[in-house]
Amino acid sequence: MLLQRILLGLLTLFAITLIIFLGVSMLPGDAAEAILGQAATPETVAALRKQLGLDLPAHTRYLTWLGNILQGDFGVSIGNGREINEVLGTRLYNTIFLAAFAACIAVPLAVILGILAALYRNSFYDRSVNIVTLSSISTPEFFVAYILLLLVSVKAGWLPSLSNVRVDTTFAEHLEKTLLPALVLTLVSMAHMMRMTRAALINLLSNAYIEMATLKGLKRFRVIIHHALPNAWAPIVNVIVLNLAYLIVGVIVVEVVFVYPGLGQYLVDAVQRRDMPVVQACCLIFAATYVLLNLIADVLSILTNPRLLHPK
Amino acid sequence: MNTDHGQYLLEMNDLHIEGFSDGQWHEIVKGFNLELKRGEVLGLIGESGAGKSTIGIAAMGFCKAGCRIKAGRIRFDGIELTDASEETKRKLRGSRIAYVAQSAAAAFNPAHKLIDQFSESVIQHGVGTREEAYADARDLYAKIKMPEPDTIGFRYPHQVSGGQLQRAMTAMALSCRPDLIIFDEPTTALDVTTQIEVLATIRDIVDYFNTSAIYISHDLAVVAQMADKIVVLRYGELIEEAETRQMLADPKENYTKSLWAVRTFKKLSVPRSTHSEPVLRVNDITARYPKATQPVLIDVNFEIHRGETVAIVGESGSGKSTAARVITGLLSPQEGSVEFEGQTLPSDCGNRSLEQLKKIQMIYQMPDTAVNPRHRIRKIVGRPLSFYLGLEGSEKQQRLNELMEMIEMDPKQFLDRYPGELSGGQKQRICIARALAADPGFIICDEITSALDQLVAEGILRLLDRLQQELGLAYMFITHDLATVRAIADRVIVMLDGRIVEQGPKLEVLTPPHHEYTELLLSSVPEMNPDWMDNIMAQRASQKGIQAAGN
Repeated sequence: MLLQRILLGLLTLFAITLIIFLGVSMLPGDAAEAILGQAATPETVAALRKQLGLDLPAHTRYLTWLGNILQGDFGVSIGNGREINEVLGTRLYNTIFLAAFAACIAVPLAVILGILAALYRNSFYDRSVNIVTLSSISTPEFFVAYILLLLVSVKAGWLPSLSNVRVDTTFAEHLEKTLLPALVLTLVSMAHMMRMTRAALINLLSNAYIEMATLKGLKRFRVIIHHALPNAWAPIVNVIVLNLAYLIVGVIVVEVVFVYPGLGQYLVDAVQRRDMPVVQACCLIFAATYVLLNLIADVLSILTNPRLLHPK
Repeated sequence: MNTDHGQYLLEMNDLHIEGFSDGQWHEIVKGFNLELKRGEVLGLIGESGAGKSTIGIAAMGFCKAGCRIKAGRIRFDGIELTDASEETKRKLRGSRIAYVAQSAAAAFNPAHKLIDQFSESVIQHGVGTREEAYADARDLYAKIKMPEPDTIGFRYPHQVSGGQLQRAMTAMALSCRPDLIIFDEPTTALDVTTQIEVLATIRDIVDYFNTSAIYISHDLAVVAQMADKIVVLRYGELIEEAETRQMLADPKENYTKSLWAVRTFKKLSVPRSTHSEPVLRVNDITARYPKATQPVLIDVNFEIHRGETVAIVGESGSGKSTAARVITGLLSPQEGSVEFEGQTLPSDCGNRSLEQLKKIQMIYQMPDTAVNPRHRIRKIVGRPLSFYLGLEGSEKQQRLNELMEMIEMDPKQFLDRYPGELSGGQKQRICIARALAADPGFIICDEITSALDQLVAEGILRLLDRLQQELGLAYMFITHDLATVRAIADRVIVMLDGRIVEQGPKLEVLTPPHHEYTELLLSSVPEMNPDWMDNIMAQRASQKGIQAAGN
C-alpha cells in the first residue's frame, strides 16, 4: 500500500514537471529578449537564443531539463549566470526554518485549543476561540502582517520589522528576526487545524466506547484525551500536514512583506526578471514539498489506525 | 460496606424520564418503581421503545444526550442519585455500579488493549495499582474460561471474536467488584451458540461475586435463565412484576400473556412435487473475496423451487450472506454457476440483462438504512416500476396503489410520506413493496426480521406467506433465528464455515437425528424454562466427560 502511494507521488511529480515546463514555455516573450532588453535586435536575440539553447525543439529542452534535475542539477540562472543549486540551498533552508518555526508554535497551540474547544463545547470559550481563529484566517496574510508590523515593531518596538538574515546570522538572532513572520503564519494557519481537532473529537463523542468510558466513571478530560483523541488522529494529522505544506508553499507573500531571503522571495524576484530556470526550479521544489507532505499525511493516518497498526 | 440504608441496594420511586425530539419533550419513562435487593438479579423485559435501557442507565444516575430525569427518586445504597453532584455520581460509576453494553465491539475502544481498558477503572477510581489490576484481569479471564487468559488481555478489541469480547466486557465490569451491574442486552448481537457461552459466564460470575444485576433484554427465554425476578415494561410503564418462576407459570396481564405466547404463525408446508423445475439452482459454488486467501463458500449446491421458502441458517461468518451476494451477482465466484429458470446467469451483475436483474430482488436486515431517508415512499417504490417495467403516469400510479394494498398499507395515507415518519415494521413493508415492484420470481430475505420486535416480525412473516401463495414467489431466508425458520421455512440449509452441512425438508432437518452441528445450533436456542440452561450445560459437560473418557 505504501509503495503504491510512493509511486503515485512520483507520478504526480512527473506530471507537475510537464505542467511547469509547458506553462513556462507558453509565457509570451523569452529570456533572451528579457536579458537583452533595449539592445535586442533580431540578430542578437537569435544568437543569444542559440547560446542558451532556446532554439532547440520543446521536447528536447524538456528532456534535457528533466535529465539534469534527476542528476540534482537545476541549471544556471539567466539573470546572474550563477548555478541555481548554490542559491537554492540557503533559500530553501531559510524557508523551511521559518515554516518549522511557525509550525512549532501553530500545531501544538491549535491542537490544545481544539481539544479545549471540544471539552467545553458550545461554551463562551468555544465560541470566542472559533471567532478569533476564523477572523484571522479570513484576513489576507499581508494584511495580518502589516497590522502586526504596525503594532509590534513600529509602535511597541519589540521586534525588528525586517527579517534580513544572512549566512552568518546566529540561530538565536535568526529566531528573533523570524518571530514576527512566524506569528503571522501561525495566525493564518491555526484556525483550520483547531477546528478540525474540535470537529474530529466531537464527531467521536457519540460512539458507544465514549459512553462506556463515561459510564466507567472517568473524568471528562480523560475521556477526551485517552478515549477520543487516539481515534481522532487520522483526520487531525491530515489537516496538520496539509497546513505544514501550506506553511512552506504559502509563505511567498509573507517573505516579501518581511523581505526575508527565502524561496518565495527568490521566486518572486525570478518572475520579475523572467529568469525561467529559477522559476521552474522553485515551482518544482514547492510541488515536491506538497507531494511529499501529502504522502507523509497518508502514511501517518495509516500508522495512527489501531486496526492497521495491530493486524489480526 | 455500609448496609444500614434499608434492605434494598437500589430503589426507584415514581421515576419520570423525558426525551427531546421533534422540538418537544416526550415522556419515555412514566412513573417507574423498582426495588432491588443485594445479590438479586432483576430482569427488565419489553419491546423496543419500552424504556428498558433508559431505566438501566438511570440506575447509574446517567441520562443519554437529549434525555432528562423530570421527577422521581433513584436511591443507590442510601445515596440519592437525583440530587447527587456529578462528581459523586462519577465516583460511583465503574467502581460500585458497572455497565455492560449491547455491542462489545462498539463499546471497547479500538485504540487500547483489553487489559488496559480493564485496569482503567481500577486505577482511576484508586481501587488498586496497574499490577494488581493486571493480575486480577488474568484471574478473571481464566475464571470465565477465555482462551490464553494470561495473554489475551494484551490484544486489541478487533483481534478477538465477538463472543470473547462480550465476555471480556463482563470481566471489565467486575474490575472494581461493583455492587450492581447493568447488563444492557449483552447477547442480542451474538449467535445462539456464542450466546449460551456468554450467558453462562455472566451467570457464573454474578453468582460467584454475589453481585446484584439488572438484566435488560427483549428475549424472554434469555431473561428466564438469568433473573430472580422479572419486570415487564411497555411504553415506559410497568405492566407486571413477579418472581421468575411465577411469572413464567402464571402471567396475569394480557400484554404479558401475548409476549409469553409462543409464535402462533406457522406456514403450511407443501412438499416439493417431484416433477417441479427449480427456479434457482446454485451449482458447486466456490467463492472468495478479492485479496482473501480463504474461500468463504466451498462447493455450495442447492436449488429453490417455485412457491418454496428455503431458510439458510448458520452463525455469522458461515457464508450465508456471501451466498446471497453470489446469487445477486455482487460477488463473482471462482467456480460454479447460478442458474435461474434453467438459464445460466452471468456471474457479474453488470453483465446481466434488465430482465434477469428484475427477477431476483432483495430485502435487507435494516429497513432504516435500506431506504433513502430523503425520498418519499412514492419515489422509493415507484423507482423500480419505471426502471424495470417502464411504467409512468396513471399506469404507475395504479400499480403503486396495488402494491401498497398488497403490503396492507393505505396508499392515500402513506405514499407521500418520508421513511422517517414510519415505524420499523412499516419501513420493512415498504422494502417488500419495492422488491415486489420489480415483479420478481425470487426474493432473498437477509435477516429481515431480526431488527424487529416479535409481534411486528410475525406480521411481516404472515405477509410474506400470503404474498407467496398469491404470487407463487420463491424465497431464500437468511437467518440465524431458528424460531423464524420453524415458522416460515419449507426447506432448511445449515451452513458452517462456508460449507453446507445439512439440507432437506424442514421436518427432516429439525427432528433428530441431526448432524452434529445442527444439534448444537438447535440445542443452543434458549427455551422458556428457567432450568433450561442448567440442564443443557450439565448435558454438554457430561458429553465432554464421556468424550474425554473415550479418548
